[in-house]
This record gives sequence, C-alpha cells and structure tokens, in this order.
Amino acid sequence: MIWNTLQLALREIRRNLLRSFLTILGIVIGVAAVITMVTLGNGATKSISDQVSSLGSNLLMVRPGQRMGPGGSAGAPMFKIADVQAIAAQVSGVKAVAPETRKSASVVVGSRNWSTVATGGTRDYFTAAGWTLSSGRIFTEAEERGGKAVCVIGSTIQRELFGGGDPLGEMMRVADFSCQVIGVLASKGQSAFGSDQDDVVIMPIRTVQRRLTGNQDVRTILVSADDGVSTDTVKARVEKLLRERRKIGENEDDNFNVLDTKQIAQALSSTTRVMTTLLGAVAAVSLLVGGIGIMNIMLVSVTERTREIGIRLAIGALEHEVLLQFLIEAVVLSSLGGLVGVALATGASLGLSSLMNIPYLFNPGINVMSFGISALIGVVFGFFPARRAARLDPIDALRHE
Amino acid sequence: MTGTAPPLIELAGITKTYGSGQAAFQALRGVDLRIEAGEFVAVMGPSGSGKSTVMNILGCLDTPSSGSYRFQGVHVETMDRNQRALLRRHFLGFVFQGFNLLGRTSALENVELPLLYRGEGVASRHAAARKALAQVGLDGWEDHTPAELSGGQQQRVAIARAIVTNPTVLLADEPTGNLDTVRSREIMELLTELNRQHGITVLMVTHEPDMAEYASRQVHFVDGRVAHDHQQPARTDGA
Ligand SMILES: Nc1ncnc2c1ncn2[C@@H]1O[C@H](COP(=O)(O)OP(=O)(O)O)[C@@H](O)[C@H]1O
Ligand SMILES: [Mg+2]
Repeated sequence: MIWNTLQLALREIRRNLLRSFLTILGIVIGVAAVITMVTLGNGATKSISDQVSSLGSNLLMVRPGQRMGPGGSAGAPMFKIADVQAIAAQVSGVKAVAPETRKSASVVVGSRNWSTVATGGTRDYFTAAGWTLSSGRIFTEAEERGGKAVCVIGSTIQRELFGGGDPLGEMMRVADFSCQVIGVLASKGQSAFGSDQDDVVIMPIRTVQRRLTGNQDVRTILVSADDGVSTDTVKARVEKLLRERRKIGENEDDNFNVLDTKQIAQALSSTTRVMTTLLGAVAAVSLLVGGIGIMNIMLVSVTERTREIGIRLAIGALEHEVLLQFLIEAVVLSSLGGLVGVALATGASLGLSSLMNIPYLFNPGINVMSFGISALIGVVFGFFPARRAARLDPIDALRHE
Repeated sequence: MTGTAPPLIELAGITKTYGSGQAAFQALRGVDLRIEAGEFVAVMGPSGSGKSTVMNILGCLDTPSSGSYRFQGVHVETMDRNQRALLRRHFLGFVFQGFNLLGRTSALENVELPLLYRGEGVASRHAAARKALAQVGLDGWEDHTPAELSGGQQQRVAIARAIVTNPTVLLADEPTGNLDTVRSREIMELLTELNRQHGITVLMVTHEPDMAEYASRQVHFVDGRVAHDHQQPARTDGA
C-alpha cells in the first residue's frame, strides 16, 4: 500500500517536473542557507578560539588598574620586576612568569622603515606568551640581565624590512639605537581582535626600559599556569600575593586586575555563537518561507487536479489513500529539496570558508536536522492541501472543469 | 420474477434536491427502480430529466436526499464515504461521457489505477490491464497517452479501466455522447459483449434511440420520475 502510494507520488512528480522543481526551490534555498550560515559561524568561532589560544595556553595577564583598556591604570601603581620575581618565587602551580613592557617605535633597515611595537620581556616571556621561533635563537640570560641591544622579530617585520630574506645577524635601527636581530618568530597570524600579531619586535625588558620607556615599570605580568593546574587557582594565589605586596586592606578593591585568556576566549566564542544562532534563525525563517511555498503550490496543484482526484475517488480510492498520496508527494518533494539543499550548502560552505579564510567544519547535526526539518515541512504543509483534496465529494471533483 | 434472492439494485422513493431554500431544485421526485443481475438497461429521457443524477446515486458518487437504495439487498443510503468508496472499488465500474482519463499517463497506467488502489502487485496489475486493453481491442496501444489516442480509443481505455476489476455493474453516462456513429456502434457492441459474454450488468444513459436498441430494457425519465419502463427483444446482430 505505502509502496504503491509512493509509486503514485513519484509518477506525479515525474509528470510535472517543472512544477516539482519550482516547488522545492524554496526548500533548497532555505536548507542551504541554514546549513551554510551555521557551518560558517562554527568555522568563525573555531578560528577565533584558535587565535585566542595562540596567545598562550592557560595564560593570565596581570595589569595595574581596575579595568581592562586604556585609562584603566590611572592612579594605580605600576608593577616592577620585583613583583614578577615575587610571583615566580612564591606562587606554586606556575609554569612561567614574565614581565611585558611595550612601546611603539619605528624600525629602520637601510631605506626601509616600519612602525611597530617594541616589546620588552624575559626569556620566560616566550613561553608565557606562546611564541616559538622559526629561526635563530632567543636572548641569553646574560643578554637579558645586561639589557643588550638584541631582538627577536616577528614575520611581518622580516617581510617588511628584510624583504623576506635572512635577517639573522643583521643590524636593525629601533627608534634611536641599533640592535642585532638574533631570531625570527613563527607566525601567529591575526589576533582575535583583527590586529597583526606578527608585527612585533621582542627585546630584553631592561633594554626597552632603559632605551625606550625610560622607567622601571612593567606594564603587564604574564603568568602561565602549569598543565593540570586550573587558572582559577593560580589567579587566586596571584591576587592574594599582589594584594599583600600592594598593601591593599581587607575592604579595599584591587588596584590591579588579572585577566584569564580562557575567559576571553569563552566570551569571544560565545559572541560568535550568538551570531551563528542569529544567522541560523534568519536562515530558518527562509526555510519556513520555503515551506509555505510548498503549501501554496500543493494547494494550487490540488485545485488543478480536482478532476483527477474525482477520477481517483470514483474508481474507489479511499479518503486516506488520496491523503497519503498527496502527503507522500509533498514529503518526497521536500526531502528531495532538502537533499539538494544539503549538497548546495556543502559546496557553498567549502567555497565561502576558504574565501573568508576560516576553517570548514562539517557539522553532521545541522545537516541531519535541516534535512529532517525539510521533510517535516513536507508533512505539515502537505497535510492541509492533501486533506482538502481527499475530502472532496467525488461528484463535485468530477464536475470541476 | 426475482424469487427469494434480492434484486441487484432496488431504488424506492429516491428524491434528490439540489440547493436549499428559494434556490432549491428537485432533480429526482420519487424514483422506484429494480434492476436484476445481467440486465442491459438504457436510461433515456430529455435533457435535465435527472438521468445523470440517478446514475451518480446508483454509482455511489452522490447520495439521495431521501428514499432507499439497496445494492444486493444492502442499504447504501446509510453508508459512510469509505464504505461507498469500497463498494465502488469492488462492484462498480464507471464510464463517463468525457472519458475522464488521467492526462500524460499511458493507457496501461490508466487502466492499472483501480488495481493499484486494490493493492495488487505490479505483475498481476500489468497482466490484468493488458488483458482488459486487449478485450476492448487496444492491444499495442498500451504506452500511448490519452492525447495520442482518438476519442473512440480513449473511451475504450475508459471502458477497460472500468472492467479491469471485473465489476458487477458497469455504469455509463452517455458513453457515446462525444463520438461519431461508427465509433458509437463499436462501443455499443463492446458493451453488449461485456453484458452477454461476461455477465456484467450494464446501465447506460443515451439520447439516441439507435443506441438504446442495443439494450434489453429501456427506462425513460421525465421530470425526475420514471415515465415508462419496458423490456425489448435483444438485438442479435451487430449491424
Ligand atoms: N449540482 C447541481 N446543482 C444544481 N442543480 C443541478 C446539479 N446537477 C444537476 N442539476 C439539475 O438537476 C436536473 C437534472 O440534471 P441531470 O441529472 O444532469 O439531467 P440529465 O442528465 O438527465 O440531463 C437539471 O435540471 C440540472 O440543472
Ligand atoms: Mg446528463
């Protein structure tokens, strides 16, 4: 019975290829839109969380002031190297602690110049900030202690100042002093905020303090937690120590803040997840519109086919058989639309994600769900026209011209 | 004449009113009619006298406003939609003036359709449909769609579709109304053969006395009533 009805439905679809095609177009576009939006959204989320984790895993960033952002440090005393050493000595569960001081500076090699940020750090800074080398070396302990004019450059600097050539051992002018390039960093790409992370020059912190900032301040302390130690625990210990060192009373607020990059990552990816959901919802509306399109065309075809329904009823088709035939027709059509939509979405997602430079993540859930919904749309929107057809009086249907 | 067995069809006091209130129109005003198995009945009468209305009621496509309709002794007027559909499926075959074939569908598929609703398998469906088409003289035309067939051929496909289920009664409302004399005679001979050789009871509406000649009985309708009803010697030749 079902098989026969399926045959009847398929015969009908074949009999009216153009109409069938127009009917499923809405579903095709709706399904393709939903899957593509969600897939691209997931890819964007992944690429953002990848970039955030490139900051270094399990990383805490400690800054003076109560808030993050410019002006936040107003009034709060800066950190000194002694704070860094205290954390390293007294806080357990820490893999690396490093100071960071930044100052924008123009760098010059020959006739080429470039404006970048000179970053002062220690040897541990590379570990904490998650930098690896693509060539050369980082500065030695002696160079670090002595505040020598040596620097490790990012790949953007290598490209802009050395034209991609080998910079090791070359001299580079930074503001008003000259330093030797001893290493090149492996590329990290864009940051989550869209800035170029490879546009960087790293030197011993003492060098930056002495030659560029002219003070002993440490802008940020990077603390990376040991593997297996929760950043929350380390964060609490660091806060406790710094409150003591900065003599903050029981009831006073911190005059520094500790930022957990994991939290940033979570905040960012929850933002993109919201975006993905929104885009998906917009696309889902288009799927609904597609469903209404199916209902409309099914209604039209029922009117067109009233006489045919009359004939079927006259030769003994039961009400539920006609209902089932129309329903199956609608479901077959909309599932077909769903399948084509899935195929289209795969192509579109692959193309767009490579165009937008985000990873393509195949998401079986959304594919199965969209396909399921398209079949469901067939059931729901096919049901009403089908019922209308099946309830016609045979003689009224036959008289219909 | 009937003995103890109930007649095949028995109408008693059938009325049919279309519309209601001011616009109400009584198309049938009390029809009594008995038809025995094996008869070949020509239903005649002027246009608007209620012939089609009574055929639709007999064919369970429509329901009477009042009166009783018994088919093989069973009351039909109280049946629900599905019961009437099953009665059509298993006992009745229809032939319409306008053929009413499915367009863009081959003759074979058209004839198969009633068997599909009976749930028969592909093989037996094909075999039965081919046999029915052969019976109406259309072997070799199975794959043609209605658009590729002449009017006479289309009506034969319709007859094949009506008889493919071996119905007890064949109802034909002006089956030759759209055909020329030669084609009409061919159809009448086919109906006669189905009646004589296969024992199918045939009820046929016609305007033309020539066509009514083929029947064994003529029932004349005037103004929604049976005006006269007489047996006639059956024709023996095919001329
Ligand atoms: N669906 C309908 N609604 C209203 N009046 C109808 C309808 N069908 C038939 N009639 C009327 O009933 C009468 C009988 O019609 P019908 O049985 O078709 O006549 P015949 O077939 O003998 O020409 C006619 O006057 C016709 O106008
Ligand atoms: Mg009529």
